[in-house]
Amino acid sequence: MGFLKGLANSIADPRLFFLLAVGALLLAVWKRETVASNGVGYGLLGFLGLFFLFGTFDANFRLIVTKPDNVPIVGLIFLLLFFVWYSIREGVLNDRRIAAGNGPIEKAESDRVWVWPDLVYTELISLILCSVVLIVWSIFLKAPLEQPANPANTPNPSKAPWYFLGLQEMLVYFDPWLAGVVLPSLIIVGLICIPYIDKNPKGNGYYTFVERKAEITIFLFGFAVLWASLIVLGTFLRGPNWNFFGPFEFWDIHKLAALTNVDLSEYIWVRGLRTGLPQQWYIREIFGILLVLFYVFALPVILAKGLFKTYYEKLGAPRYYVATFLFLMMMSLPMKMLARWIFNLKYIVHISEFFFNI
Amino acid sequence: MADTKIVAPKEGPATQFWNWLTETQVWTSVFRHDRPNTDRNRVLVMLSNVFLHLHPVRIRKSGVKLRYTWCMGGLTFFLFLSLTLTGLLLMFYYRPTLEYAYTDIVGLREHVPLGIMREMHRWGAHAMVITVWLHMFRVFMTGSYKPPREFNWSVGVIMLVLTLLLSFTGYLLPWDQLAIWAITVGSNMARATPFLGHEGPGAQLLRLGDVPLIHAADDARFALLGGTFVGEGALLRFYVLHCVGLPLVIAVLMAVHFWRVRKDGGISGPM
Repeated sequence: MGFLKGLANSIADPRLFFLLAVGALLLAVWKRETVASNGVGYGLLGFLGLFFLFGTFDANFRLIVTKPDNVPIVGLIFLLLFFVWYSIREGVLNDRRIAAGNGPIEKAESDRVWVWPDLVYTELISLILCSVVLIVWSIFLKAPLEQPANPANTPNPSKAPWYFLGLQEMLVYFDPWLAGVVLPSLIIVGLICIPYIDKNPKGNGYYTFVERKAEITIFLFGFAVLWASLIVLGTFLRGPNWNFFGPFEFWDIHKLAALTNVDLSEYIWVRGLRTGLPQQWYIREIFGILLVLFYVFALPVILAKGLFKTYYEKLGAPRYYVATFLFLMMMSLPMKMLARWIFNLKYIVHISEFFFNI
Repeated sequence: MADTKIVAPKEGPATQFWNWLTETQVWTSVFRHDRPNTDRNRVLVMLSNVFLHLHPVRIRKSGVKLRYTWCMGGLTFFLFLSLTLTGLLLMFYYRPTLEYAYTDIVGLREHVPLGIMREMHRWGAHAMVITVWLHMFRVFMTGSYKPPREFNWSVGVIMLVLTLLLSFTGYLLPWDQLAIWAITVGSNMARATPFLGHEGPGAQLLRLGDVPLIHAADDARFALLGGTFVGEGALLRFYVLHCVGLPLVIAVLMAVHFWRVRKDGGISGPM
């Protein structure tokens, strides 16, 4: 029992948790033929269910999971796992049909049915079921109400509403102007851009994986790994002082976490060149600035000639550069995370004179 | 022929009553068509009813399958309606001032026997965020954003943002510790807006001589909160946005969204 809890606590460590999530996604995509079987899907759900059942016997686990506002996120974990699995499964089933020359199942179902009664009754039944679920949920779980607002008493941890906890988790790696303003704006812009960037005419109106490998993998990475799993991390595994706590760990307010993060400029000037940090910011941060400029402006051009050559030719310059910019911005988060975990890197560019830290 | 008697099948009292009811003057004045049991009347019921005419008359078979749609868009709309109704009822009992906000919520909890309106509103709101995500996920996985539906996807993304903002503004209203600190954490981000937040990069460059143009009392966060901290101004601002401003905008966009689903060829499916 104690061993299992310890194991769960160590797996939940952000580094391992994130790498496992990435690994699980790649495995699901790679071994999708196996993943598509009912055994795997319901087995995963059952395992997750058992884990939560097992967890409820632990006081610390129960405390964090049954916090009223966290209950929907428990539901979200199950729903997300199910629907990610289900959409991959539907894609695989359709891919088999397409490979056999039958076309997707939606093609076979393209004849028309009457909206009355087929659709309106489906809607009525969904509406009734949804109302029942909502009412039962409301009867058994009271909405939270804490002490009256007191600006002088800051709770520790202070958490944003749950759907923004992925962004709050990003604050560990980026300053607020990036994590709270620029990157969220880019998420919105990027989502809007998707249909205008994606020129692939296939896979329109039916589940498939083979016909849209890159799009689906990138979207799953952004949605399931970055967005959703960071929300889960921020909700259940971040305690006082935003320190990491395993699901079976007591939220000890005095837990110490070593803060030995080092700027890139210090790495180069102090540790590499063995001199002091230069006075002027533009000399001090020149390497970081060059690195960022390279990442944003030069890397897309280099990729267009190399790794992404086929995409450049398929999409054309404007679509390619917008897509690559958005992709690199998305990848900046996992890259900064890795840099933090491996090198304890704090800032790539650190110009506190202008609040300009990357 | 004179001896032939036509015997009508025996109908139960319920059917007889139903037949009588649907032939009364009142009924026929409301529904301008016969019972929808023939193809002609199934068309008429969709065309002559203002609520049902959001739908087409006929639809792809895959479009009524849970397998394909997951019903998430429909559930989102239903949750929105349910939130409008429960929210309206809550507005009768809630006053958005520092003096009353918290005690009104306590009153709802303590003085209403078996009251679940606040619960239905809160859990419905959480559920709506989840159904919106799953709806978008389904739309992505079926490639339904592809031409000719690009614009409707964009409208949907804006509605996603509005849904999150609706939930965020509503989060403040109970005026408890959970509320103000969640909004404080969330709105602190606005301080760091490039150029427009007083702690954002570039804000220091915007100055007239020695006078900074962007400071704590006029930056993006101030505009959001109506003050330099989460206080009375923020409560009123969030209340008005939550109950009037954002629902109006999202209702207009929903009309656009549904209209465009129809105009872009109905529910998506293979060409």
